[in-house]
Amino acid sequence: MEENEAPVTLIKGGRVVDPAASFDATADLLIVDGVIREVGRVDPPAGCRVIDADGLTVAPGLVDMHVHFREPGFEYKETIAGGSQAAAAGGVTSVAAMPNTAPANDDPSVTGYMLQKARAAGLVNLYPIGAITKGLKGKELAEMGLQQQAGCVAFSDDGYVVMDSGVMRRAMEYSRAFGALIIQHAEDSGLSCGGCMNEGVHSSRLGLPGIPVESEEVIVDRDIRLAELTGGRYHVAHISAAGAVAAVAAARKKGLQVSCEAAPHHFTLTDEAVVGYDANYKMSPPLRSGIDRNAILEGLARGDITAIATDHAPHERDSKQVEFCRAANGVVGLETLLPLSLDLVREGVLGLMETLACLTCNPAQLLGIDGGTLGVGARADVVVFDPDEAWVVDPRRLHGTARNTCFAGIKVRGRVKKSLLAGRIVHSDGR
Amino acid sequence: MISGHSTWNRKHLLGMEGLSRDEISTLLETAASIREINRREIKKVPTLRGRTVINLFYENSTRTRTSFELAGKRMSADVINVSVATSSVAKGETLYDTMANLEAMNPDVVVVRHPQSGANEFLAQHLDTAIVNAGDGRHEHPTQALLDILTIDDNLPRLGRDNFEGMEVAICGDSLHSRVARSNAIALKTLGAKVRFVGPPTLMPTRAEEAFGVKVYHDMDEGLDGVQVVMMLRLQRERMSGGFFPSIREYFEFWGLSRSRLAKAAPEAIVMHPGPMNRGVEIASDVADDPDRAVILEQVANGLAVRMAILYRLCAGRRKD
Repeated sequence: MEENEAPVTLIKGGRVVDPAASFDATADLLIVDGVIREVGRVDPPAGCRVIDADGLTVAPGLVDMHVHFREPGFEYKETIAGGSQAAAAGGVTSVAAMPNTAPANDDPSVTGYMLQKARAAGLVNLYPIGAITKGLKGKELAEMGLQQQAGCVAFSDDGYVVMDSGVMRRAMEYSRAFGALIIQHAEDSGLSCGGCMNEGVHSSRLGLPGIPVESEEVIVDRDIRLAELTGGRYHVAHISAAGAVAAVAAARKKGLQVSCEAAPHHFTLTDEAVVGYDANYKMSPPLRSGIDRNAILEGLARGDITAIATDHAPHERDSKQVEFCRAANGVVGLETLLPLSLDLVREGVLGLMETLACLTCNPAQLLGIDGGTLGVGARADVVVFDPDEAWVVDPRRLHGTARNTCFAGIKVRGRVKKSLLAGRIVHSDGR
Repeated sequence: MISGHSTWNRKHLLGMEGLSRDEISTLLETAASIREINRREIKKVPTLRGRTVINLFYENSTRTRTSFELAGKRMSADVINVSVATSSVAKGETLYDTMANLEAMNPDVVVVRHPQSGANEFLAQHLDTAIVNAGDGRHEHPTQALLDILTIDDNLPRLGRDNFEGMEVAICGDSLHSRVARSNAIALKTLGAKVRFVGPPTLMPTRAEEAFGVKVYHDMDEGLDGVQVVMMLRLQRERMSGGFFPSIREYFEFWGLSRSRLAKAAPEAIVMHPGPMNRGVEIASDVADDPDRAVILEQVANGLAVRMAILYRLCAGRRKD
């Protein structure tokens, strides 16, 4: 595409919001050779491509620290190329991909394969997350150092919990040698055993086996003690329970290197959505009660939750068109990430700057990756969006392969107009 | 007799949740009037001639399947039984595909028993045939609740009552895994009865008070105190992964229905059980077989009438375009 090859791009007249620099003003953004050259009043240089951003918001390309791109092994659910398309359409320019592939990403060769596939697709910066334990089995530590050399930016057995306290302790201790972040899927498998939705009034009425919030809370409590014991960097994936949010807040207050992320579905919906047994509302951890949802909103407002991540989990139709308990866990979220996060601004939970920080520089900092900023000299990963444009989520029009959204038919506000990856336009609204 | 306006416009019977008093009353009146057929010498009427009913059973249940089969046949419907062990389900076919294939043969009603909660709801959302829930997981078993209510209704005179308003009913045992408990609690509350769940804390649905509007008792003597209806539940050993209670003997000691324990209930109280019974586990044989107290076989007889009424209402209430 011709316009993709323009070496100089000017994004003109938008509201530029760069949380990394606490910058929020109407400005132009000059991009030369994939790098941000100037932010301010810029006259278009000769031959430059101009993107008119009048009335639009210009922000760093979003950083989603928690996605599943399913490749290798589950290409029938999604591929790295397909996931990349969904990311670009959602204004997400950097993703951290979880290792629960087949084979699991517990080996530098798998890491290399993923990076190669992502480069070939060329739509998103993909940062693999390596496994904490070999085969995600929770027994023996994976080769964290070698994986990090190969390109892994953090470690997690996501999809599974590291249940053995001794193994978790060693993982946190060992990871210190590499400064690596340990991301836990916090779920006591004994407490959640057999459950397929949040335990509460709705699970009782629906007759579905429940997963109590304590399933998450006891692991977070334990892990925080281990973080204190070991001095490791600990991060709770997709936090869903009020008690876990409180525990993370207390740990941070104590000065521990503890953090967590929240997914838009957890701060938008509650377990009441499961009434009707639609498997598109089945995820892990499950949609929780209104109390938990409010705790997440408060955690975001207080700055105890510093990252918003999708847990983008694509599935083929067959694994969702079954009885609820037999359905696969997970929902896609990349294309609804921005509008649902902007609801936080509209509801007065956070300012635009703070919300975008949770979507850009904060996760970038947690992962230790470049990106999430519009600073001069930074790679020109940029999203241009209309914060108010309303649209209805239509599963058929989502990008990538999977259609398992839990927001089908819902009217959302906030639409990505352009996504730029190192100055190249990788998504343009309507195309 | 429960009275109300005659109302039935539903395409499916998926559960007692959401059914109004009038709808329940309509089904019971229909059942009561149909009951007479089952006492004739020739127990067959042409009402559903040319109609097709498929019993799709993913769980073994001789009694419910037989009851539905007989219900259809006594009204001259063509009844087909499909059970999981002999079907393509064993070859890996999904519930959706099995049902879509059956639907392609254009049945009037499909009766579905399934081990997963919500399976009937799932089918009703994706397919067009009228569905009767014959039990889904631990969710609902509406025909059981209807036959239980018809049985209580029959016994109102001996309980010295005119209606269900304020009647105390104890549902005892494993209500956590019980669709019978859920459907009955919902329906009995709709009719104005007061419902108690009695059983060990490990077999109690989470926040049952709030979810079902019942009172929860863990002490059997307190739970039975003064009730007029004692509804025992079967201990569903096949639904348990273990560890809900230490042993059968301990279970019977604390939550089994013995004659002495039954004495805590009102003197005229009736004893119900959805069957099949585990004698000596949740109920003592002398209670189960006591003709003055147990109405268990009346329940079975009413089950047939209730299922005839359902099939009739779903077929009569629905025109095929």
